[in-house]
Amino acid sequence: MAVPLAFFGVFFAYPVASIVSRGLKDGGRWQFARAGEVLTDPAIGHVLWFTTWQAAASTALTLALALPGAYVFARFDFPGKRLLRAVVTVPFVLPTVVVGAAFLALLGHGGLLDELWGVRLDTTVWAILLAHVFFNYAVVVRTVGGLWAQLDPRQEEAARVLGAGRLGAWRRVTLPALAPAVAAAALMVFLFTFTSFGVVQILGGPRYATLEVEIYQQTAQLLDLPTAAVLTLVQFAAVAALLAVHARTVRRREATLRLVDAARTARRPRGAAEWTLLGSVLAVVALLVLLPLAVLVLRSFDGPDGYGLAFYRALGSAGAGGGTLVVPPLEAVGNSLAYALAATAIAVVVGGLAAAALTRREGRLVRGFDALLMLPLGTSAVTVGFGFLIALDEPPLDLRTSWILVPLAQALVGVPFVVRTVLPVLRAVDVRLREAAAVLGASPLRAWREVDLPLVGRALAVAAGFAFAVSLGEFGATVFIARPDSPTLPVAVARLVGRPGEFNYGQAMALSTILMLVCAVALLLLERVRTDRTGEF
Amino acid sequence: MNTNLRRALSAALVTALGAGGLAACGGGDGSGGDGDKTVTLVSHDSFVASDEVLAEFTKETGYKVKVVKGGDAGAAVNQAILSKNHPQGDVFFGVDNTLLSRALDKGLFASYEAKGLDRVPGALQLDSSRHRVTPVDYGDICVNYDRAYFADKKLAPPQSFADLVKPEYKNLLVTENVKTSSPGLAFQLGTIAAFGEDGWQDYWKKLKGNGVEVVDGWEQAYNSRFSGSATGRKAKGDKPLVVSYASSPPAEVMGAEPAPEEAPTGVATGTCFRQIEFAGLLSGAKNTEGGKALIDFLVGKKFQEDMPLQMFVNPANQDARLPELFTRYGVKVEKPATLDKERIAEHRDEWIKTWSSLVLK
Repeated sequence: MAVPLAFFGVFFAYPVASIVSRGLKDGGRWQFARAGEVLTDPAIGHVLWFTTWQAAASTALTLALALPGAYVFARFDFPGKRLLRAVVTVPFVLPTVVVGAAFLALLGHGGLLDELWGVRLDTTVWAILLAHVFFNYAVVVRTVGGLWAQLDPRQEEAARVLGAGRLGAWRRVTLPALAPAVAAAALMVFLFTFTSFGVVQILGGPRYATLEVEIYQQTAQLLDLPTAAVLTLVQFAAVAALLAVHARTVRRREATLRLVDAARTARRPRGAAEWTLLGSVLAVVALLVLLPLAVLVLRSFDGPDGYGLAFYRALGSAGAGGGTLVVPPLEAVGNSLAYALAATAIAVVVGGLAAAALTRREGRLVRGFDALLMLPLGTSAVTVGFGFLIALDEPPLDLRTSWILVPLAQALVGVPFVVRTVLPVLRAVDVRLREAAAVLGASPLRAWREVDLPLVGRALAVAAGFAFAVSLGEFGATVFIARPDSPTLPVAVARLVGRPGEFNYGQAMALSTILMLVCAVALLLLERVRTDRTGEF
Repeated sequence: MNTNLRRALSAALVTALGAGGLAACGGGDGSGGDGDKTVTLVSHDSFVASDEVLAEFTKETGYKVKVVKGGDAGAAVNQAILSKNHPQGDVFFGVDNTLLSRALDKGLFASYEAKGLDRVPGALQLDSSRHRVTPVDYGDICVNYDRAYFADKKLAPPQSFADLVKPEYKNLLVTENVKTSSPGLAFQLGTIAAFGEDGWQDYWKKLKGNGVEVVDGWEQAYNSRFSGSATGRKAKGDKPLVVSYASSPPAEVMGAEPAPEEAPTGVATGTCFRQIEFAGLLSGAKNTEGGKALIDFLVGKKFQEDMPLQMFVNPANQDARLPELFTRYGVKVEKPATLDKERIAEHRDEWIKTWSSLVLK
């Protein structure tokens, strides 16, 4: 508990409080009148309303499309499953500016839909929602699927034997067991889409703005800190309300479950219904996730003289006669991996400890702590970035230009993932197992190692994969953190896209493709890393 | 935040996180690094200089340059203002004339007259009485047109702001959101310079009536909607007019084999607004000597001749020779629109607000 608290206190609460209080105490006096002005501004109300409902709609749509996917990934074995599970997580690492371009190519003017049926979805809310599903599909598949794979199918079978129908058995046995994981996934998707920035701007057009955009404007462009501070507090209030609702619904449902080894629950689909389900899930994945990715890959090969490796070759010759990237792309890959590994390590340690503390203790304080851990997901990147700048600016804590600040900022976003993924599994571990171990003379540490770790190992691996992908693609906060000149891949991509000329754009696409590959390979490797497999529970 | 509390906090952190490792990795590149021999340049994301040129500076002066970047131009300036009392470096590069007054009023820079300033035209020196900032480069934001489209339609491309609202150019122009894009803002400032405080809103109403499309950022406008850029063509962009830079046509040609006769895009020279970028010595810089040397270097010939192909801007130093790409495919903008820096500072936010409610609603 101490480590996560210290981590969040110093790297989140303190910087954010610094920037907010500087805004509210403009000129040494509290500016409460300003708060009133901002809150009663109809334009702000409009923005808040849009932010909330698009997040709710995105969450609902993501759950509707991804829950069948979670089931298929958890319960069925099919060729290429591992690869596909890594691929659906790839969207996480892509910079929004690139994804925006891919979606425009599909939904925008002259896009695929336009060619086929004359339909244009850009500048509509539909484009925003679909892009949000694209980004968050993996959240549901991984968090819910991870637990689902470990539920003992025999419990449902037992219910069937006792006379329950197929649906009844599912509703009474499986659904209650899954509820916490589903709620956790929904919460994360909601927070992500609630603070959506690039997607809304690029695909929705300038008429749509979220609170995040407004805060960015006020902080980074207008330097109107009082307004930004009030908006940040509004964002906090909304997130806090959401967390309260989430805690209320989940706490009542969490129960001890019988967890088994995931490898034993999956099987090949049987019968027409199951094959149809598998087929339709794969079709959704193909349309929503693979197609936009394919567009980007295609563009990276679509050189000036037809298809070829021209852009990849240009990447290799950085700086010479027209390369605009100062660092060779391989170096950017190295930077990204180094940052992401450091961030993953921090996130797994901090998040793991936090989750352990949350399972052991009860009470109001603990719930508050749980909520605190989720706040970074619902806080705008610019607030955190600027907070770092004014809070961590004096020795011994002058980390502003230290490389460690980047993984720290990325870990802030990674920790909630780790907590939300590990917690449902940890809470489902039967406490009697631990007690039995203790009775047999195991120390608490030993009991944890022998009982919890094997059961949680898988969830930890899933969580680490997430934290890794989040860090690899994290762009929002990283961009504001001044750092030695070692750009990460997403930053390099954004720089290239921001310059005119076919070669810059092509190189951006090529780098994005490399980024996807790096992410997919890293995730596949992570899937292979497992803790000690006891196999028998 | 008082220092004692800070100390206590950091002590707590160090114990909690076992941060011996932290300190070890942070030391080498923390701001307190070998103070005298490193000079730190704070800038925005678009700053690029080739390694050779930076190595040249080290050879001449003995100072190593460390570059620190933070966000886009606006965000970087505002970060510098916020951290004025504990600056992140010695020199700031990248404050332009649309933000200059705010930075000067907040006391961001210390006075320093750069060596070689006499080679920089007076028109670019916006703080010539006190020399708190030194002009390093300038560029123009103008409407670019797709040559092929207008040749095809046997239509003369527009040349001025007034042309853009004529019926023959209906539904042809795409521009950027003033709230989120700096070229978008520069274009709006250009219209304010051309039509005045009273006239610009009317002009934009006409532009809206003539079917101007507004997208969020330059990338989208130029790479997805514009029909004249190679990427726009691939994305089936259908707008032959876009708000971009005067240096975009040369960039469009870059890397093309064989080199074409002329760039596929042209510049409407009567629609330009001039942006000048400055560098200044941060007040409170730890290494003022190194900072001064770096500013001299930034306006010196070596850096100035390297810069155009790195950042697609024009050198402020008259002696710097432009690369062939610029002389062959670029345009010279004779009379760009300009606005007084104080006036921009005074009205900027209100103009942005007015524009949003006028154009985006």
